[in-house]
Amino acid sequence: MSTVETHLACKPADYKSDVVPIWCPGCGDYHVLLSFTRAFAQLGVPPEQIVVVSGIGCSSRIPAYTNCYGFHGVHGRSLALAAGLKVTRPELTVVVASGDGDGYSIGGNHFLHACRRNIDMTYVVMDNHIYGMTKGQPSPTTEPEFDTALSPGGTRVRPFHPLVVALASGANFIARCFSGQPNETAAVLVEAIKHPGFSFVEILSPCVTFRPDEKGWKDLVHPAPVAATTDPGKAARRIITDDGFNLGILYRGSREPFQPAVGATGVDLSELEKDFEL
Amino acid sequence: MSKEAGNPNIASLNDLLAVAYQIEIDAVERYNLLADQMEAHNDPELAKVFRDLARAEGIHGAEIRRLAGDFDVAAHAQRIAKFERSESPEEADIGAAHYLMTPWHALQLSLAGEKRALSYFTSIVETAKDPKVKAMAAELVEEEAEHVNLVHRLLRRYPEPSESWAEDMDPPNPQE
Repeated sequence: MSTVETHLACKPADYKSDVVPIWCPGCGDYHVLLSFTRAFAQLGVPPEQIVVVSGIGCSSRIPAYTNCYGFHGVHGRSLALAAGLKVTRPELTVVVASGDGDGYSIGGNHFLHACRRNIDMTYVVMDNHIYGMTKGQPSPTTEPEFDTALSPGGTRVRPFHPLVVALASGANFIARCFSGQPNETAAVLVEAIKHPGFSFVEILSPCVTFRPDEKGWKDLVHPAPVAATTDPGKAARRIITDDGFNLGILYRGSREPFQPAVGATGVDLSELEKDFEL
Repeated sequence: MSKEAGNPNIASLNDLLAVAYQIEIDAVERYNLLADQMEAHNDPELAKVFRDLARAEGIHGAEIRRLAGDFDVAAHAQRIAKFERSESPEEADIGAAHYLMTPWHALQLSLAGEKRALSYFTSIVETAKDPKVKAMAAELVEEEAEHVNLVHRLLRRYPEPSESWAEDMDPPNPQE
């Protein structure tokens, strides 16, 4: 969103709706909502020029809790919806919210191609390593040994590595945040939204109900020891070898965003219709 | 001048009052958020505890505003009150909330916040050069120390829950 002007004096409260969230008390997504509203206020983009698009899951409830335009879409399809919106209304700021189930499993293929296509929007995945809304099934990022009644003995399946996949697929900005640090997360979201092209922000957001062990994340997270790189090779080495708790902006690419000229296809629709005449 | 790394720069009495005011207002907002959460999860008893805590912090905020007289502490706070902890000292940790928490846990959150505020104002007393700032910070330390004692007294009403308080054979299923 390279055309943002930051002159308007909006407060975080201006971006909150009157809808009371029903997330479990202690859920990291409350902090993510705070980060969204703080980031939007820092950007100074009025709520009516922001669209928050989501799929299905606890995290995907977030559009209702903001005062921006919102689209609570179908499971895993938030990126497809958002891409269509952004190419036809490029003047809008488009932020997509998802979770690790919605975004990496059901919507996994959309994730790859959204990175590849590099449309100017920001994809925020609230990753709690579990399907929380449907009572705790393993997600693509669940640890292989995580043992529950729904996955006795653990899945024993290698977890998905979203940041590596995003980089390999062409995302133009990659960051990791922790929900318990809302100001730091807001600052990263501001940078992600301002960066041209497809920005991917993974937010570690604990599920206190089905993953109480994730309360310990606050002691494991740490700032990335080096500044973001613009070199995808260096970024790959850093991301693939980090411990999963390395926070901050990890990669800033310089690929040109994909933005077709709206209404300038040169196709005469009446001519096209003739091809379909019976 | 008193400034912890990353905390607001307290160069004057007005700076201190503005920051103290913001600390109370942030605490009010946080307790109300927690009360909303508990109402959404049908726990009116706990919601009332959080509303009462919010009301108490609101009274403290109003008192600081009164002390500041004609000076607009709210506007000044918007400019200078940014904290290293990402959130202001007295804000309860929403990450520590739980749908099965009890008033004992709520008061533990409050106690932690009061202690952080006490520590914050103590650091200002220790480092302030301006005697007016030092004197006002010392008053705020006394206030916060009294709040810590008050929360300890309130805690006597609520027994510490058993270790299994968070166990639930049928956890909630948020509905679309």
